[in-house]
Amino acid sequence: MSDRDISIQLQEQVKAAAATATPLCIGAGDSKAFYGRAPVGERIDLAAHRGILSYEPTELVLTARAGTPLRDIEQTLADNNQMLAFEPPHFGATATLGGTIACNLSGPRRPYTGAARDFVLGTRIINGKGEILRFGGEVMKNVAGYDVSRLMTGALGTLGVLLDISLKVLPRPETELTLAQRTSAQQALDRMHTLSRLPLPVSASLYDGDTLFVRLSGTARGVDAARDRVGGDEIAQGGELWSQAKEHRHAFFAPQLPLWRLSLASTAAPLGIEGQWLYEWGGAQRWPRKSSSACGPAMEAAAR
Amino acid sequence: MNQALEQREFPPIDRERLIERLGTILPAASLLHAAEDLRPYECDGLSAYRKLPLVVALPDSVAQVQAILRLCHELEVPVVARGAGTGLSGGALPHSSGRLLSLARLNRLLDIAARRRVARVQPAVRTLAISEAVAAHGLYYAPDPSSQIACSIGGNVAENSGGVHCLKYGLTVHNIQQLTMVGIDGELLTLGGSGLDAPGYDLLALLTGSEGMLGVIVEVTVKLLPQPQRAQVVLAAFDDVVKAGGAVGRIIAAGIIPAGLEMMDRLAIRAAEDFVHAGYPVDAEAILLCELDGTNEEVSEQIYRVREILTASAATEVRTARDDAERAVFWKGRKAAFPAVGRISPDYYCMDGTIPRKRLPEVLQAIADLSAHYGLAVANVFHAGDGNLHPLILYDANTPGELERTEEFGARILELCVEAGGTITGEHGVGMEKINQMCVQFESAELSQFHAVKAAFDPAGLLNPGKAVPTLHRCAELGAMHVHHGELPFPELERF
Repeated sequence: MSDRDISIQLQEQVKAAAATATPLCIGAGDSKAFYGRAPVGERIDLAAHRGILSYEPTELVLTARAGTPLRDIEQTLADNNQMLAFEPPHFGATATLGGTIACNLSGPRRPYTGAARDFVLGTRIINGKGEILRFGGEVMKNVAGYDVSRLMTGALGTLGVLLDISLKVLPRPETELTLAQRTSAQQALDRMHTLSRLPLPVSASLYDGDTLFVRLSGTARGVDAARDRVGGDEIAQGGELWSQAKEHRHAFFAPQLPLWRLSLASTAAPLGIEGQWLYEWGGAQRWPRKSSSACGPAMEAAAR
Repeated sequence: MNQALEQREFPPIDRERLIERLGTILPAASLLHAAEDLRPYECDGLSAYRKLPLVVALPDSVAQVQAILRLCHELEVPVVARGAGTGLSGGALPHSSGRLLSLARLNRLLDIAARRRVARVQPAVRTLAISEAVAAHGLYYAPDPSSQIACSIGGNVAENSGGVHCLKYGLTVHNIQQLTMVGIDGELLTLGGSGLDAPGYDLLALLTGSEGMLGVIVEVTVKLLPQPQRAQVVLAAFDDVVKAGGAVGRIIAAGIIPAGLEMMDRLAIRAAEDFVHAGYPVDAEAILLCELDGTNEEVSEQIYRVREILTASAATEVRTARDDAERAVFWKGRKAAFPAVGRISPDYYCMDGTIPRKRLPEVLQAIADLSAHYGLAVANVFHAGDGNLHPLILYDANTPGELERTEEFGARILELCVEAGGTITGEHGVGMEKINQMCVQFESAELSQFHAVKAAFDPAGLLNPGKAVPTLHRCAELGAMHVHHGELPFPELERF
């Protein structure tokens, strides 16, 4: 598919829907259709609204249309030795930038570098009245007007249609390596907390119920010096591990059991609920797998 | 100054009755209404704008803040929240028929959770005091506005303050985890949470930088970072501002994100050198200060590469601070740049636009042209890493007409920033000062959307009325100034 601007067509559809009070369901690649409640309404499709509008590596800013495939954006950045530092999960080959921002999902770097919302600099949107509006911009520092762009991030399309998005991007680290050490859950959490308080180039952490994995990213000598302080053995396929965890292709996610996502204080004690647990984000994101759906209330209570 | 239109007319207020009702909430010592007591509150850091409030309330508990806002809501009294009063855009300028709510007594550091790397503080806690309090844990709070010694965290949240370390560590919005605010109806709301991501709308982000228009912040949970093992600064001199700008782009292109990357032009360099004797090369057209932080090894590697880049970018001189003492000296000149300019001119007016960095040469040339046009000198201090310009216009308020010329010049600079693809304010906020330039940056539908956001929190428009977002009527009176296809006032002036 080639780059196209279908803003006006989309605007007409929103205006028409507003006039007849027809609910709209915003979509493009549908890679994250599983997330949130089942959408209702007439489909408004962003997939054709695609293309990178501007990208200057030395400005650390990229602007693209919402329907631009996420992998195209990541490839363009990689060609220039840069990246989306929030490491968004794709959950499929059809993921787009718009869906990524609408869901505000972030990957392993989240606690160390920030979430999708932290990198949003500006948006062009269609509001519920069918007006095309622009908020924020293409500069790092901008406090003119309310931060509507960040409000749109994670709003799942309930506040408007994202048309174009400007993001801050960052250089890719020169070197990355992943260290592994077998340990208990409590010790893994303690280790994650201790590491997060030290000035070390830690960029990801994960405990799979058996082994604690820590990723270091930075300059060659910086990473090399830090590995001794972190401890553990370097694993061969480090990049693959983080990609699998981010995309839920890790073996932990394979069983067909209900999956819970808990976002809580990184230092919260293990919740004492039986079952398999995967800890990420320095302990701030935890995934329990439970065969019984009846444990929902217990999970909610424990998370408080 | 100050002919600014008020957002709306408020019903006449029975001052005595207001004081009497407030007296049921606050002890007499927490309620100021005599003219001489009100005087210190007539302005914030932008002292050219002054107005006396009717009353100043100094609550010392969240419950009192709630009761006061409930009362304002009931009586339809405008209310302006104020922290340390160091803001530079008139955001805390009082309302002449309103009450100023000073949060100065909510100044307690409530909790430090070192393991979780957060601290819970009241809004009047000074920004620097947070870092001081957590230093023993090896932690610090990253945002460092120049006023950090005096400004308070509540004000930082209201303005989404930045500082010299923004490029690497972000703004206030990136460094807070939870907020407690009181709405105009007295309701207490907690935004954000103890986890990193939360379901629902990101109201924490919406409140940050909302300039006291949506609610009153009564508690902030800030994120803390481990103190870097080492920080080192390189100073480079250039015989041309454009060369200095090119060096900045090359440092970023090399994959290095400095902790701080600051530029000063000739006038700023000389003023700073005369004031604090930082050893700056006074014959340079521009200097760059590039600070790198991290582990020992990272800093060593990056310092080496930055020096190479600076030399290759035709720097006339490159110096690395030998130790922390010299590093402090290098920074001293930059940090004292504003007061240093204050010594060479009776008054100065600090602007705060942001531009895409690549447009720097054109924008600086255009500022120089405007400087000649208005006959007013400008010293440029620049957060070069993130494109945030602080041109300081030198003027003398005692010369009739000069303040007005200065304001007009300042407005033109902000319009230049919009025209270059940037913004009218990078970190100081819109407040009262840049209310007209909002009409340049935004279309009426966008301003209407802002008003709708405001109305969702404060339908009666009682919180900080007349600030941050202009009425459409006001923009129309100014004559549809939105920059379309570069059609701005002063067509005779060459810009780009």
